[in-house]
Amino acid sequence: MSIKIKNISKTFGDFKALDHVNLEIPTGKLVAILGPSGCGKTTLLRIVAGLETPDALPGADIVFDQISAIKSPVNRRQVGFVFQHYALFRQMTVFENIAFGLRIKPRRERPSKEEINDSVHKLLDLVQLSRLGDRYPDQLSGGQRQRVALARALAIKPKVLLLDEPFGALDAQVRASLRRWLRHLHDTINVTSIFVTHDQEEALEVADEVVVMNKGVIEQSGPSNDVFRHPMTEFVMNFLGEVNIFHGRFEEDKAIFGAAPHAESEAKMLVRPHDFAILGHQNSGGIPAEVIRVLTAGPVVKIELADQLKQTLYVHLSHAEYADNPVRVLDKVYLIPKSTRIFRNGESWSGDYVI
Amino acid sequence: MAQTHRRNQPPKWLHFIIGLAAVTIVILFVVMPLGVIIKEAFGKGFAVWYQSISEADALAAVKLTLITAAIVVPLNTVFGVVMAWALAKFEFRGRTFLISLIDMPFAVSPVVAGLIFVLLLGPRNGWLGPWLADHNIHLVFSTAGIVIATLFVTFPFVVRELIPLMREQGSEEEQAALSLGAGGWRMFFKITLPNIKWGLLYGVILCTARSVGEFGAVSVVSGHIRGETNTLPLHVEILYNEYSFTAAFAAASLLSLVAVLTIVFKSVLERRVH
Repeated sequence: MSIKIKNISKTFGDFKALDHVNLEIPTGKLVAILGPSGCGKTTLLRIVAGLETPDALPGADIVFDQISAIKSPVNRRQVGFVFQHYALFRQMTVFENIAFGLRIKPRRERPSKEEINDSVHKLLDLVQLSRLGDRYPDQLSGGQRQRVALARALAIKPKVLLLDEPFGALDAQVRASLRRWLRHLHDTINVTSIFVTHDQEEALEVADEVVVMNKGVIEQSGPSNDVFRHPMTEFVMNFLGEVNIFHGRFEEDKAIFGAAPHAESEAKMLVRPHDFAILGHQNSGGIPAEVIRVLTAGPVVKIELADQLKQTLYVHLSHAEYADNPVRVLDKVYLIPKSTRIFRNGESWSGDYVI
Repeated sequence: MAQTHRRNQPPKWLHFIIGLAAVTIVILFVVMPLGVIIKEAFGKGFAVWYQSISEADALAAVKLTLITAAIVVPLNTVFGVVMAWALAKFEFRGRTFLISLIDMPFAVSPVVAGLIFVLLLGPRNGWLGPWLADHNIHLVFSTAGIVIATLFVTFPFVVRELIPLMREQGSEEEQAALSLGAGGWRMFFKITLPNIKWGLLYGVILCTARSVGEFGAVSVVSGHIRGETNTLPLHVEILYNEYSFTAAFAAASLLSLVAVLTIVFKSVLERRVH
């Protein structure tokens, strides 16, 4: 089931939470909406679910498979919604929680008792909680609760699955294992899913496609790899991972760095820490810097340096690269950017540059 | 660890004085008054007590009291749930103002509350009274007036109990129910109500206790017509003023029984709610 989001805006008082958002989500994909808190991502998800009404604008619509759903109330939309804080029914057992959506169906659609029993047990198996059906939510761990919430949402065979920061309230280890599990689950059941997160690592690891949002608008969307490799805006590049920022200015269609920045034609060059090579001697285009700290404990070697403006720079090298060319604190070195992106007024810019 | 514990404890003599004060207060203000009621009520024997409470006017008073409670408590339960729902789960302008308005019946003296209704509904000089009288509706000095005054005075109990509870629970469970296909009523009876049931019961019990025991407001609107518009607390006052002490205390013993039962229920429920 594909989802089309057309011309959706949402205003809370004076605050514009969403500003003319358009987005298409293809059938069967797992898409992450990624952005800092307050960027409107959760509001967008709630509007898709029908838990929030968008501003009445001409052409505003939510379309599930060519069928407009914007007029349907939340209980008719057949969406599975998973809340950040689980929202399990505290008065019911795990089994009853999962059975709820089936038991309240109108009589002619309602499965028989045996069928309900059957589907709940299948779902319990699917979320690997077969033996906890009799427990109450407050007897479960956070990770278990979220899996119950997921099973409950899946019980109604939703057209789309919407997850609002599903791992936000869990600790790091449970998070990591649950998101891998979610990816596997999605590969098994293949229901079109949107999940909202502020954690770029989570988005890039789990989703087929990411949608990066900022201040109520979509900055960029596309396959995770494309968005990560080719960020269109400074915000996206900055949000998707660590960056080193160099300021400069534009002069006759050339970006000049190291020179005094110029307010009107400010150039910014962003370089990821793993996109640097370190040379021990002067070479063309090298940025002179002094080593401040070297951290070798970890999957990559992290080196902290200071450039001539006393700006701190971060470089990540593989252990193999570092072994070929080790540096020590207070060494004077030259940094060669292997891959850079230049931005003009926040937008990606390509052309010649001088460091 | 043990040492910090000891240091945080008050000194022994203070401990003793505080304990003594507490016991004295309980004896003086709870045990002794209850003792007096029981002694006076049963002082002339069980038969006299039984006669006092089974005499026609007493029975009428008990009946009126029960009728009032039977009307007031369900109404205030429904109002209370609806009001608490609106105030706890939605944000709107004037919300905090409405919440403080709910406390009005607690802030206003019950006698004043009674007067308000006499002035509003009274047949001769009330704002709405003459119009009501023209249509042959008599609200003051009747059961209806007593019910209205009691409704007003006991309104806050259920709402007050539910607002913090509903605030704390939020509305995510309800939204989850909706997203699973539940309609509004289904959601209310399957999710909302079970989540607030103990708090609701607690509020209902307090509301019942007060509606049975309310004196001030009811006294003003009742008109004191014996056998007709006398509730149990009013009956106690009349008997006492007529120096029928045994009968007065016999009736009072019934009210005390309600109070004791209320406290027992309350303490059982308190453990469930909090």
